[in-house]
Amino acid sequence: MTSALNLGAALPEIFLAVAGMALLMYGVFRKGDTTTSVGWMTVIAFIVAAIFVVTGETNQLVFGGSFITDSFSAFAKVLILAGGAFTLIMALQWLKAEKIARFEFCIIMLFATTGMLMMASANDLISFYLGLELQSLSAYVIAAFNRDNLRSTEAGLKYFVLGAVASGLLLYGMSMLYGFTGTTTFAGIAEVIGAGHAGTGVLVGLVFILAGLSFKVSAAPFHMWTPDVYEGAPTPVTAFFAIAPKVAALALMARVLMGPFYEMADQWQQVVWLVAALSMFIGGFAAITQTNIKRLMAYSSIGHVGYALIGLAVADEQGVRGMLIYLAIYLFMNVGTFAVILSMRFKGRATEQISDLSGLSKTHPVMALWLAIFMFSMAGIPPLAGFFGKLYVFLAAVQAELYGLAVIGVLTSVVAAFYYLRIIKVMYFDEPVEAFDRPSRATSAILGICGLFVTLFIVYPAPILAAASAAAASLFQMPG
Amino acid sequence: MYVAAIFLPLLAAIVAGFGRHFLGDRGAQIVTILGVGTAAILSVPIFVTVALNGNPQVIELFTWIRSGDMDTSWALRIDTLTAVMLIVVNWVSFMVHIYSVGYMHHDPSIPRFQAYLSFFTFSMLMLVTSDNLIQLFFGWEGVGVASYLLIGFWYHKPSANSAAMKAFLVNRVGDFGFALGIAGVFFLFDTVNFSEIFAAVPQHADTTVTFFGVEWHALTIIGILLFIGAMGKSAQLGLHTWLPDAMEGPTPVSALIHAATMVTAGVFMVTRMSPVFEYAPTALAIVTVVGALTAIFAATVGCVQNDIKRVIAYSTCSQLGYMFFAIGVSAYQAAIFHLMTHAFFKALLFLGAGSVIHAMSDEQDMRKMGGIWKHIKLTYAVMWIGSLALAGVPFFAGYFSKDMILEAAYGAHSGVGMFAFWIGIIAAFLTAFYSWRLLIMTFHGKPRADEYVMSHVHESPAVMTIPLIVLAVGAVFAGYIGYDVFVGPARGEFWGESILILADNDSVGAAHHVPGWVPILPAAMGVAGILTAYVFYMLAPGIPGMLARTFQPVYKFLLNKWYFDELYDAIFVRPTWYLGRGFWKSGDGALIDGVGPNGVAAAAKNVAQRLSRMQSGYVYHYAFFMIAGLFVFVTWYMIKG
Repeated sequence: MTSALNLGAALPEIFLAVAGMALLMYGVFRKGDTTTSVGWMTVIAFIVAAIFVVTGETNQLVFGGSFITDSFSAFAKVLILAGGAFTLIMALQWLKAEKIARFEFCIIMLFATTGMLMMASANDLISFYLGLELQSLSAYVIAAFNRDNLRSTEAGLKYFVLGAVASGLLLYGMSMLYGFTGTTTFAGIAEVIGAGHAGTGVLVGLVFILAGLSFKVSAAPFHMWTPDVYEGAPTPVTAFFAIAPKVAALALMARVLMGPFYEMADQWQQVVWLVAALSMFIGGFAAITQTNIKRLMAYSSIGHVGYALIGLAVADEQGVRGMLIYLAIYLFMNVGTFAVILSMRFKGRATEQISDLSGLSKTHPVMALWLAIFMFSMAGIPPLAGFFGKLYVFLAAVQAELYGLAVIGVLTSVVAAFYYLRIIKVMYFDEPVEAFDRPSRATSAILGICGLFVTLFIVYPAPILAAASAAAASLFQMPG
Repeated sequence: MYVAAIFLPLLAAIVAGFGRHFLGDRGAQIVTILGVGTAAILSVPIFVTVALNGNPQVIELFTWIRSGDMDTSWALRIDTLTAVMLIVVNWVSFMVHIYSVGYMHHDPSIPRFQAYLSFFTFSMLMLVTSDNLIQLFFGWEGVGVASYLLIGFWYHKPSANSAAMKAFLVNRVGDFGFALGIAGVFFLFDTVNFSEIFAAVPQHADTTVTFFGVEWHALTIIGILLFIGAMGKSAQLGLHTWLPDAMEGPTPVSALIHAATMVTAGVFMVTRMSPVFEYAPTALAIVTVVGALTAIFAATVGCVQNDIKRVIAYSTCSQLGYMFFAIGVSAYQAAIFHLMTHAFFKALLFLGAGSVIHAMSDEQDMRKMGGIWKHIKLTYAVMWIGSLALAGVPFFAGYFSKDMILEAAYGAHSGVGMFAFWIGIIAAFLTAFYSWRLLIMTFHGKPRADEYVMSHVHESPAVMTIPLIVLAVGAVFAGYIGYDVFVGPARGEFWGESILILADNDSVGAAHHVPGWVPILPAAMGVAGILTAYVFYMLAPGIPGMLARTFQPVYKFLLNKWYFDELYDAIFVRPTWYLGRGFWKSGDGALIDGVGPNGVAAAAKNVAQRLSRMQSGYVYHYAFFMIAGLFVFVTWYMIKG
């Protein structure tokens, strides 16, 4: 159903954009420190947007076919908003403790999230690029948000320069696509390819686009920025980067690959296969020598993206479903882990060394237990949620006879288990160092929510599985 | 009645073993003694029905294994042979159970001990009543386990533990032969049931099997394999090393398992398989030679040992040799007769030794005894009776059975028979010698123990002495009473079909027609041995020391038990140990751990370090990797077209 101006379909994005501007006004004109109030209002805006997403009309094609809403976009958007809300709540406390609390942080996060939502709904190369750039530009800024800190600014700058390279690749690929197909809409490109007019030029353009998107999801070999940026950026920003942009970019990638380029699956499968395998490999091995937990989480996220990409490499409904389930579970594991990392604080001074977790089981038994659960889950040990995430993508891979990828996935997850288990060993078997400060109540609550989700997923996985199935199905029933 | 006689000990073992917390020490003793006692009393009417009235029974309990051609039931085969064994096993076991109440009264885990004893009794009964080789093997292994548990009963003693392990491992060697023998029987006869095997043996008398390209007489191979099993269990030369070490177990265990019952299982098994052995003359010859060599070997070693229990242990080993060479000359009845009399007087000797050890505050070294006969007169008396029986002094139990064996060996009129006869005569002299050496060193002369021990020397309580008296009665009269039916004119009727002897091989029959000097010689040698011992150890105590110095190498050779342990240590234990160590260090440690877990881990670490070195921190490096990756992808598609 195509209509030129059905703004209702884009209600969440429009609402967030308007809310962002309104909050900016509020923050500027209101006297005193408004970070907390703006922050909580942003969280509320996220929640309202999520409600709009869930209740809004699906299967809408608006703005001349360049914007689409379906179950797939809805699923991705809910994950993005949840990731944004969780990280923002945890960020508020952290910013205050680091004395860099400025209300603009919340506004920028809000705009970044808006960009991501647009990515999830993009159905045209232009809207695709708009959403991506809105997200990216906001991200560069918050990466350097702690502007008096050398590492933070370095991270922001690195991210910006390399992000610019990636944007260049992306734009170049898009221009090639436009050149060879004569259209920017996904539907149009699909038509040209379906008619058998796709030459090498289209394929090369797609490779450039895939490279640009791989940069955004930090998949190898376009991952090199990740450890440096994750380490340098303020920790809540790292948490945000590790979750929401990945969901958005992977959703976009899925939409591009399963949509216009579905006919060329045989060809792009090879690239995705290699990117997935490399990401799992790097994520498994490179993290072993890390001593900084944020760097470790960077490599961990590279590895997890590799597993999620298996779902794309499979190139069918099962694969996409597996990827979506993986992302949902990944979100909770990561938010929970970062809740602990954000609580690593000695007498007000934040710390990032793994060795500082020594003896956490004695000083903060509950926190240690949750972190141990997250680590076991990330290592893919049943009956925790992380096991099921891996199970579904591996199952899809095996069904599609991508045995090589499944085997690499299993082997690298064994390697990765080493560093996850090492953290557990440090917490449970090493002598305690100083006790951390008490974590804030909001962070503890988020930790508990994520922990319960990861532990109890096995008991009642039906809602997530059903939603992911519906979302995956809708991607393959895309109208024209 | 039959089932009760066999399963009551098992029931008692289970109740005492698992119910020890609410039964307590006394309860466990009562339960096991009642169980075994009832079985002992029941075995008397069984003996009367089956053996004396000639009424053998086979009682099917239920099917055990049915797989292909294999059809095995739990069944009780009770013929004369079994009935005799029932009497021996149940009564000796009953006496030992009672004796243990006194002997073990200081021990903290009495219920465990009593349960093990009852379990052993059950296994032994299972062994002797089995109707097929598989069930026999079950009992065989059951007694092996019980023996292991009881030797290692004082598991906090390292020597007891290693002795238990040694017993178990050496028995494994024999069991390996036995298991192969059973497999051979099944291969040849397609059945493991005794009646079917025995019926089919004549058809296979000349069957040969090809093995390693050589034709072998099938029954000989089976016979030898079965005998290897018997050698392990009955401590014959070569596989005897475990028996002396087994004396680490409590003395009642030595009396029950390592003298009267378990070690005779080999004798029983070969006798049970007499139809097979009768058709395998070569196997019988080997049995004769091994038995004779064991008899003389153990007797020589027994002459120089100083541990009271070890002397009796070597004596047991020697007497088992007698039984085997009796079997070897087809005098199965004589072997079982000696088995029965030996069970009584050897159990008596062991329990008597236990009484001595008890009196001497757990001292076992005879060099630290002496001069105690006045304090423990009853023990002294029963030890005399046991020794008289062992030495074959006329009209004691051993006289009848040992003479019969030697006469049968002579009467067999074969080369190996004569060899066994003369060896047996020498061994008889040595037997008497070491028995009196034991008596004199233990009871006579000046006390060599310290005053504290001497002041505590006391006669054992009634619970220990009554079994001694019962066994002493057996040691005196068993031979006289049994002679007629076991090996005398009534033997054919008595044994019925339980033992098969080919007409040409009836050495027991021939034994009654040997020259007059043959029956006298063993008794004469026994008396000579006794007198020699008196001369050496009482009248002229300097002689043994002088002899030991003069014939130092011989003395050392005997004292070190012919260096069997050292030999085995050098041939089997050390190479195995080095091999195992080698495999551990090079195979498991270096190869599997090195390449496997450690190697992979090291490789992973290496990869990780390389990967993090790539992470230089320079933006242009990162951009380079991105572009390079893109370049590779694009090139890939360009080349592919």
